[in-house]
Amino acid sequence: MLKAIGLRSVDDLFAPIPAEYRLTRDLNIPRQMAESEIVDFFRQRSRENGDGYTSFLGAGAYFHYRPVIIDSLISRGEFLTAYTPYQAEISQGTLQSIFEFQTMICELTGMEVANASMYDGSTAAAEGVMMAVRLTGRRSVVVARSLHPEYREVLATYATHQGMPLSVAGFNDDGRLNLKELEKAITPETACVLVQSPNFFGTIEDVAAIAEIAHKHGAMLVVSIAEAVSLGIVEPPREADVIAMEAQSFGVPLGFGGPYCGVIATREKYVRQMPGRLVGQTVDKQGRRGFVLTLATREQHIRREKATSNICTNQALVALMVNIFMTVYGKVGLKELAKQNLAKTAYATGQFAKHGKVLFAGTPRFNEFVVETSEDPHAINNRLLGHKMVGGLPLKKFYPELGNAALWCCTELTTRSAIDTAAGLIAESERSVQSSKEEVEEVAR
Amino acid sequence: MKHTTRKASLQVNQNEGLIFEKSSPGKAAWKLPPLDVPEVDTAALLGASERKDLGNMPEVSEIEIIRHFTRMSTWNYAIDLGMYPLGSCTMKYNPRVNEAVARVEGIANGHPYQPEKISQGALYIIKTLSEQLIEITGMDAITLQPAAGAHGEMTGLLMVRAYHESKGNARKKILIPDSAHGTNPATAAMVNYAVENLKSDSRGMVDIAALAAQMNEDVAALMLTNPNTLGVFEQDIHKIADILHAKGGLLYMDGANMNALVGKVRPGDFGVDVMHLNLHKTFSTPHGGGGPGSGPVAIKKALEPFLPTPVLLTKSDGTLGFNYNRPQSVGRVRAFYGNFGMFVRALAYIQANGPDGLRQTTEDAVLNANYIRKGLEGIYDLPYSTPTMHEVVFSDKVQLKKGVRTMDIAKRLIDYGFHPYTTAFPLIVPGALMIEPTESESKEEMDLFVEAMKSIAEEVEEDPQTVLDAPHSTRVSRLDETAAARKPVLRWKPA
Repeated sequence: MLKAIGLRSVDDLFAPIPAEYRLTRDLNIPRQMAESEIVDFFRQRSRENGDGYTSFLGAGAYFHYRPVIIDSLISRGEFLTAYTPYQAEISQGTLQSIFEFQTMICELTGMEVANASMYDGSTAAAEGVMMAVRLTGRRSVVVARSLHPEYREVLATYATHQGMPLSVAGFNDDGRLNLKELEKAITPETACVLVQSPNFFGTIEDVAAIAEIAHKHGAMLVVSIAEAVSLGIVEPPREADVIAMEAQSFGVPLGFGGPYCGVIATREKYVRQMPGRLVGQTVDKQGRRGFVLTLATREQHIRREKATSNICTNQALVALMVNIFMTVYGKVGLKELAKQNLAKTAYATGQFAKHGKVLFAGTPRFNEFVVETSEDPHAINNRLLGHKMVGGLPLKKFYPELGNAALWCCTELTTRSAIDTAAGLIAESERSVQSSKEEVEEVAR
Repeated sequence: MKHTTRKASLQVNQNEGLIFEKSSPGKAAWKLPPLDVPEVDTAALLGASERKDLGNMPEVSEIEIIRHFTRMSTWNYAIDLGMYPLGSCTMKYNPRVNEAVARVEGIANGHPYQPEKISQGALYIIKTLSEQLIEITGMDAITLQPAAGAHGEMTGLLMVRAYHESKGNARKKILIPDSAHGTNPATAAMVNYAVENLKSDSRGMVDIAALAAQMNEDVAALMLTNPNTLGVFEQDIHKIADILHAKGGLLYMDGANMNALVGKVRPGDFGVDVMHLNLHKTFSTPHGGGGPGSGPVAIKKALEPFLPTPVLLTKSDGTLGFNYNRPQSVGRVRAFYGNFGMFVRALAYIQANGPDGLRQTTEDAVLNANYIRKGLEGIYDLPYSTPTMHEVVFSDKVQLKKGVRTMDIAKRLIDYGFHPYTTAFPLIVPGALMIEPTESESKEEMDLFVEAMKSIAEEVEEDPQTVLDAPHSTRVSRLDETAAARKPVLRWKPA
């Protein structure tokens, strides 16, 4: 090949790079490894990474069963190793699949249009807010304190340099958004209100009431949904103007936090301010149905600095997992799946409430709940680790006002015996705190 | 059509409607285990929040689902089928060992909030990949948090802004060459910088005189792709860096084309202050039909205080953990730690290559691009004769005389069994044909490609209509994109 090009050595190809910058040594990285060594390396890392633990963690990343056909289908090279479907004639598989994804997201969220996916739930929420800013021409945003704390952090990062002032509305004793605080926080400059439902504590918000307040002031309502399985049994926030969703629960592995699958869904009239890719139906020269990427004039490769977002990739392969999951469970299965989550959680809250204090108890919830203990939850969790179990997420880091509270999650995969073990350890912890308190009192007497 | 191709032949493929059109009540592909806790009264638990109906969600059987997606998959072109010379996108082979190790139980199922003491495996992967990417780029520190290249650009520019703010002046604008990716100006706008265009010179490189004239204390940074989108290495890179640095500006490198440099030269050594990488390009993680990507950002020491939180650290007891307490940080750009599954794949790729393999990969990518350039020179117009690195950009100037444009040639290439090259980009080349073979292609595959491109050039002369009407061999012919945009149909609805 060098001869064909008319060169003597490969080095001649790199002549354009000034000699003083050319690397004359090997990169300081380990030698080439054989496939068997690579597999060994990662198996070892897997053993050091919670392999074999039962977990009560949720908080924006959920353990649900992944039907095996998801991986068999997404492993087909035609899906796995294709690029963005710019050449529609040889990308109809990807395009039709995204069209079906958009349709099912609309059905589940009650919205009219959905995009082809976003990076994740946190960035989708931030992009949803920026969409509202463009649509209203207003700049400030009211955010619920019960929105996932890391989503709030991401929004703060996005908002800082866009001149978008953020204010926060707190939550009530029932775990829901404090509507009085919301009312007070909204100004004529408020572009939108951003809430999560079910919120970070698992509590289902009164979206209709929140929407009424927002709309009364000419602000839009953006609702974030972090637990997609809730849509099987919980009424979607139909009063929202924009829904920013994380679809990880639908067949996407936890994978230590990513890649996941964000989605934005909204009303048809807002579609031209929507970020991200969209697939539309059309016909070919012979009138046959086909699918194409559409409304690209919103996007960066056409509009450059005037685009709705700088977003370029979506999460197509992850969206395909979500699509297959939604297809497998479908109209009936998703509901039954969600009901099992509800039943496990109801059982767990019942067991936990016998010993610890379940906060926000009377409010409708999906599959997460907050338990307050007398002892620091980290200490209880440490003991649970001995049973190969990971306890709920201690909340002090995000919500100092909640003291020794932790966020627990049950899904269809959580067994009764795991719930009983965890509840038993909480009972033990409460008993020992109680008896040491009594000892102290006795000594004092 | 007198021309035929050795690369491909026609084959029957299956028709398949939308999944909703196959749905009928009672069909199911799921089964839940019996509940081991008491059933609940959903109406009592949820009240008005209870959902009664899931609308038009499908009901289908497992074999129908398998056939549905398998049939659709056969309508896609993919690297696994053949050469995919999309310039700028780096469609290289996606090794299957990457996929295997990403699915090992503890790696696939680690929860992002599980205690650090049982997350040492994942943290070690993050640490190892970070260190190796730092070595490969010659930079000082890195964040793996950004979810994609454009997200990395945003993170990088946020750090640029924070850096300038820490010096008392955030500055006003970003310089961007006219050959740049569209994401560059879109990102600058998101970070609230004005965009100022920078002209290319006759070699397709940054015009040094123009840069010197435009550079002042209002410029926060120059966003430069190197090699640029013409596949040309910016030979005056040290002068560019010097001009920027002299006025306190920073050099941002868009690392989309890093696959032309790995193991041969390091951006950190030629004056770059901040850059992003695309793990889905250079480091072989699959494109998957448009994502997921991963866009780590590597930086020089001066920008280190501004890294997004959290930052990985080694604790006093030698274990790994995250540091959330970083007062000067630009904040978080994504929940959790980034697209971890892509880190696993990228690390497996680096391991499989080692230092010699990575160097050879780069050499092969550049060799392949030059081989194609040689094969097609004289047949297609080469607007810039500057030496080519990993991709070569032709134009349709010759074929335009017959009314045939780059997109028509691209569509005809489909009939020859190839995915098209990138069309109409970069913007500085009217009617561009941007070809990037990557290191993955054999001489045999590239010979077939060159043969196909030559054959199409002949067709343009003899029978342009065949090219204008292409593709002829696909399930659907050219689709009406104007109609799709004018009256958007973005979802299925029951008749």
